[in-house]
Amino acid sequence: MATIPANEGFDAHDHAHDHDHDHKPSFFARWFMSTNHKDIGTLYLIFAIFAGIIGGAVSGIMRAELAEPGIQYLGWWTNFVGGNATDFNQTLHMWNVLITAHGLIMVFFMVMPAIIGGFGNWFVPIMIGAPDMAFPRMNNVSFWLTFVGFCSLMMSAFMPGGTGIGAGTGWTVYAPLSTSGSVGPAVDFAIFSLHLSGAGSILGAINFITTIFNMRAPGMTLHKMPLFVWSVLVTAFLLLLALPVLAAAITMLLTDRNFGTTFFDPAGGGDPVLYQHLFWFFGHPEVYIMILPGFGIISQIISTFSKKPVFGYLGMAYAMVAIGVVGFIVWAHHMYTTGLDVNTKMYFTAATMVIAVPTGIKIFSWIATMWGGSIEFKSPMVWAIGFIFLFTVGGVTGVVLANGGVDDNLHDTYYVVAHFHYVLSLGAVTSLFAGFYYWFPKMSGRMHSEFLSHLQFWIFFVGVNLIFFPMHFLGVQGMPRRYPDYAMAYSYWNKIASIGYVIMAVSIVIFFINILYAFLAGKKAEANYWGEGATTLEWTLSSPPPFHQFETLPVIDDAAHAH
Amino acid sequence: MATQVVPDPRRNRRVGLYAAAGALTMLGLGYASVPLYRLFCQVTGYGGTTQRADATAAAGVKVAGKMIRVRFDANVAPGLPWAFKPQQVSQDLRIGERKIATFEARNNSDHPITGSAIFNVSPEQAGKYFNKIQCFCFTEQKLMPGQDVRMPVIYYVDPAILDDPGANNIEEITLSYTFNETPESVASRQRGGR
Repeated sequence: MATIPANEGFDAHDHAHDHDHDHKPSFFARWFMSTNHKDIGTLYLIFAIFAGIIGGAVSGIMRAELAEPGIQYLGWWTNFVGGNATDFNQTLHMWNVLITAHGLIMVFFMVMPAIIGGFGNWFVPIMIGAPDMAFPRMNNVSFWLTFVGFCSLMMSAFMPGGTGIGAGTGWTVYAPLSTSGSVGPAVDFAIFSLHLSGAGSILGAINFITTIFNMRAPGMTLHKMPLFVWSVLVTAFLLLLALPVLAAAITMLLTDRNFGTTFFDPAGGGDPVLYQHLFWFFGHPEVYIMILPGFGIISQIISTFSKKPVFGYLGMAYAMVAIGVVGFIVWAHHMYTTGLDVNTKMYFTAATMVIAVPTGIKIFSWIATMWGGSIEFKSPMVWAIGFIFLFTVGGVTGVVLANGGVDDNLHDTYYVVAHFHYVLSLGAVTSLFAGFYYWFPKMSGRMHSEFLSHLQFWIFFVGVNLIFFPMHFLGVQGMPRRYPDYAMAYSYWNKIASIGYVIMAVSIVIFFINILYAFLAGKKAEANYWGEGATTLEWTLSSPPPFHQFETLPVIDDAAHAH
Repeated sequence: MATQVVPDPRRNRRVGLYAAAGALTMLGLGYASVPLYRLFCQVTGYGGTTQRADATAAAGVKVAGKMIRVRFDANVAPGLPWAFKPQQVSQDLRIGERKIATFEARNNSDHPITGSAIFNVSPEQAGKYFNKIQCFCFTEQKLMPGQDVRMPVIYYVDPAILDDPGANNIEEITLSYTFNETPESVASRQRGGR
């Protein structure tokens, strides 16, 4: 093919050393002022792991407290954050702070940074044959906004929040608990943290949309893009349309709290239920924001290790689009008990169940991809199959909860907790580990231990199922969520869930040992260490890829990259 | 085999700005939802929002044979030093029949306070059919220190409720009021030497 002469005055980067592939900036400039999508992706991943440790430790405190009826550990933590444990209300408030922190950290500072900021930044440009993101500096701004947002949330845990120390509103920040119910700066700081990380995510979404629309290599049409890129594209649109609504809602909360407006205060003609509508108009797409890139990762992995193109590529891509679109019109299924009219409930029940159709298309297409494939059970594949199982369990309980009538009974019970942890904690996080083992050698240049990866999978799988499956029983028996104490009757399954947490924690230790092993003793990774099944563009580059890749664009050949 | 990277920054800027405009539009819609939601509640009776009828329209309403019971509930916002209660626990009336109920409010403080009442009915499906012709909640009420007032509500239940499969089995409707001090009243009280 013809080579277009280099246009010296029109380079892709602002760097002075564009033509020297692996000349990297100094440490500070490289990691604190980074404009390189791979470095920013690495920063996001490190940040997400760090936040995940904190969010996971918080859930450890919660499981320890719930292992037995009564209040055991909350008092110590109340004193730790500067409260007074002799005031029993402050001790109970500590519980609300813990569930709030766990939810916000895991959603905004672990799953989203890892799956969109981390893997998205790393592999979207490479998979479409682009040298970098469209707006590299904005990419840097996105990361640091997220980081500062996290600092704001951490600070809120040590400030007065009404009944006790810290923001105890739940991740949903419902009014009036978050307005007149929580005097003090803690909730303001928590809300501000959402503003910052939300702004970072919106900028990131704009960046991904522009990159995917404008910077694909010649021949990389939309319908040839790898499914992971499709998943990030749909996710970026969800972020772009959902997050501003959250921003509006929490800004109204802030002005209600501090400037005397009454958006959610009935005394001034407002309505707290409006906040719930606005929150869930964001909140429901948000759960797809967390899981769709996971779908993309799983598609890449299943295809790689079945050594087959994904079954029904277009159906898979448009199933994600359909999930994204329908995800915007089902929000009130989170609010069945706010007194919805029976017709409204019927609509939201039906619309919610419709989502099971594109989701089913994806599950069946993954299975059809494996069918007749030459399957290799390398660690990413094992995690991916685990994902399909766990996500399907969560999907099935989701169909149960979609029923307005059934939900009247199950609303705010542990059944709901079990459901959303099966799709997120087990679904999204399993896809994160799958993606991590799939791409870690590509990113680091070092092979992890396959044995430790498999070991981690099986221990993790047993652990998380022990934690969350019993919660179905607890929920059906009526155990409400968001309480640090419970009746004796619930103690058996709570004990088992807490034992499950310890098993899960062991698997996380193995994860870190595995990373350590890779850096200390791991084999050097080849360009394409997974072999013939791995056909996307990242496998044409060395491991790790050069600091700047694709300065001469790859041309996508129909035969080589057909899906 | 290859082409040189020639990204067009103007193209990127254009798409980026479109995307940013999309985000700003959604932010605007978030705020627009506040008046839209209020309108939606008034039109549909969502959340137990009651309807307002004028006397001439109410005069044409046919009275159906079926009886319904209306219960009354009165509350004051925390911190408002008023006593507020209905003068009857409940009233039985025919659907479509006009009825008057009275509420009593007393200012127990030593300063004048202006309050306004917010209201809804339960079950919420009845909101669409609960019509008020006259109500103390339509206007603000100013009570002098120690002043005691009786306030009327004239209302009827629209016979259309009998044609709604989601509401025609309702036998009892609770009409609830909560008095809040108006922000202007709070402000003037604070200006007046507190």
